[in-house]
Amino acid sequence: MPTATSRAAGAPVTDPEEPPARKLYRSAEGRMLGGVARGLAGHLGLPVVWVRLVFLGLFLADGLGAVLYAVFWIVVPLGVGGVGGVDGSRSLFETAPDGSRRLRKPDKGQVFALVALIVGALIFLANVNMGSGADRYIWPILLIGAGSVLVWRQADNARRAQWMEVGRRRGMLHLARGLAGVALVGLGLAAFLVVRGSAAQLGNVLTAAIAVLTGIALLAGPYLVRMTQDLSEERLMRIRAQERAEVAAHVHDSVLHTLTLIQRNAEDAGEVRRLARAQERELRNWLYDPGGTGKDADDEPTTLADAVKRAAAEVEDKHGVPLEVVVVGDCPLDEKITAQLQAAREAMVNAAKYGGEGGAVQVFAEVEGRTVFVSVRDRGPGFDLDSVPEDRMGVRESIVGRMRRNGGTARLRSVPGGGTEVELEMERAGE
Amino acid sequence: MTENTEVTTQGPERRVRVVLVDDHRMFRTGVQAEIGRTEETGVEVVGEAADVDQAVTVITATRPEVVLLDVHLPGGGGVEVLRRCAPMMSAADNPVRFLALSVSDAAEDVIGVIRGGARGYVTKTITGADLVDSVFRVQEGDAVFSPRLAGFVLDAFASTDAPPVDEDLDRLTQREREVLRLIARGYAYKEIAKQLFISVKTVESHVSAVLRKLQLSNRHELTRWATARRLV
Repeated sequence: MPTATSRAAGAPVTDPEEPPARKLYRSAEGRMLGGVARGLAGHLGLPVVWVRLVFLGLFLADGLGAVLYAVFWIVVPLGVGGVGGVDGSRSLFETAPDGSRRLRKPDKGQVFALVALIVGALIFLANVNMGSGADRYIWPILLIGAGSVLVWRQADNARRAQWMEVGRRRGMLHLARGLAGVALVGLGLAAFLVVRGSAAQLGNVLTAAIAVLTGIALLAGPYLVRMTQDLSEERLMRIRAQERAEVAAHVHDSVLHTLTLIQRNAEDAGEVRRLARAQERELRNWLYDPGGTGKDADDEPTTLADAVKRAAAEVEDKHGVPLEVVVVGDCPLDEKITAQLQAAREAMVNAAKYGGEGGAVQVFAEVEGRTVFVSVRDRGPGFDLDSVPEDRMGVRESIVGRMRRNGGTARLRSVPGGGTEVELEMERAGE
Repeated sequence: MTENTEVTTQGPERRVRVVLVDDHRMFRTGVQAEIGRTEETGVEVVGEAADVDQAVTVITATRPEVVLLDVHLPGGGGVEVLRRCAPMMSAADNPVRFLALSVSDAAEDVIGVIRGGARGYVTKTITGADLVDSVFRVQEGDAVFSPRLAGFVLDAFASTDAPPVDEDLDRLTQREREVLRLIARGYAYKEIAKQLFISVKTVESHVSAVLRKLQLSNRHELTRWATARRLV
């Protein structure tokens, strides 16, 4: 079990990332700009409105709030934390119907925030504009600021998209936003240059800038490439290690546990077989079922395929006879199908009880159009249906009778020495 | 077990040379012990391999008639072996035929090796007698379907209702469908023949036809089917 223990040893290392440790995150949900205010509010346990008002107030004090906000935005990572649940500040801007809440709310908030930003910026401009000539710097700064905000938001969105897999279709929009941000920043920088020098020097300055950038790229490029490669490799290794740990944990939880049980019950062949079959099925489920946990045995099946497999598994566990299930097509369960399933289950139990000696019991279910067909077949000794005493109700009532009552048909075919097959056919109930 | 007697009676007159490919040594030993008694079963195990490279080498060197191929192998899996042995499969004289033998009955594994050119697919729960029978059937050029595989194929063809390009090639005929359905229900070929009042040879040719359609003409539909289930 070295893998299992290594996982246990690895646990303390990841300690800081455990949910109980409260850490400052920017909120990804219901944010207006960068999620800083919501994150802070969540961290400090204050209403968001307060935090936002404080920022606004600070902003009016010579733009200190904006600087502070920007610093938070850069430094604090985006997280899922922030203010838990729904709060008053969000509902302020919400007029959308309840159905589309999640999608609309942040957008509305963002529109409001954008308007507020523009108004604020205009007020700010009007205030600062007193100094003559200063506006020659203000506009480029504002342009650069707006551009970087756009790009940063972009990065945040890309990150959030990784978690939630949203916005995949909006790739073009994202690209456009990124480009707009870059263009704004570029415009701002160019304006700076033009303002400081004259338009004539623009060409020279640009050439110099490009030369410097190229030089830096040549020098630092290889390092950067190497670094990203190392990073992705490291990430790959980490993912692999995680997967291995998960497999080890599962094997430890289920397989080793079962093996121990088998060792303890080594004399009881039937019990050993039952344990092994159950374990095999669970492991198979876990390995090949995409997204399956192999342990979700609690919820009731809602489709025919699941229900048939479940019934077969239960019979298999109870009687220690392997059942091979093949399902073709699938359909939701309705009343008639449920009755058919009960009949099928009874047939499986019979097959396992009386015909299990001849090898695996074959269960076949097929949905074709509106017809559902289930066959249960064993290779046991078989029996003569007519010679079954009147008082034995299993086959007559549980299988044949039940099918007839629900509007289906049941056919039994049994050859002495050649096994038994029960065929159940049922029309699905109308929609 | 009932078929065991039949196999032994037929044993002496037919012989087949087999290579076992499986990365699990214990399993190879088990199969060897189960089917490798040449006088009784007619099966002669001429080579074993544990990974893809070894398999290709051994198969090329021994030129067996049938290869029992595990689906999960180090070095690329059974599909890789099939890919690299493709010229030997289509050789005019003494072609090498593959029978997949795997513990996995996941749809992507099954469909993968069948499309790779395996002539059949049986799971490791199969009995020794049935395995011997399957080996001979594959040697004769017929296909061997396990109930599970028949189920997958039925499912694949049933769930596509778009009109196919070539009606004859792309659709299973009613008869083929019937045969597959009986296989899925656990019938042996012999029993199917009796049930449908046709000869065993006819059953086998139906099954082979299904296999051909599966490999050649239905790539498009199968791909779509697999994609819809996120198998590819």
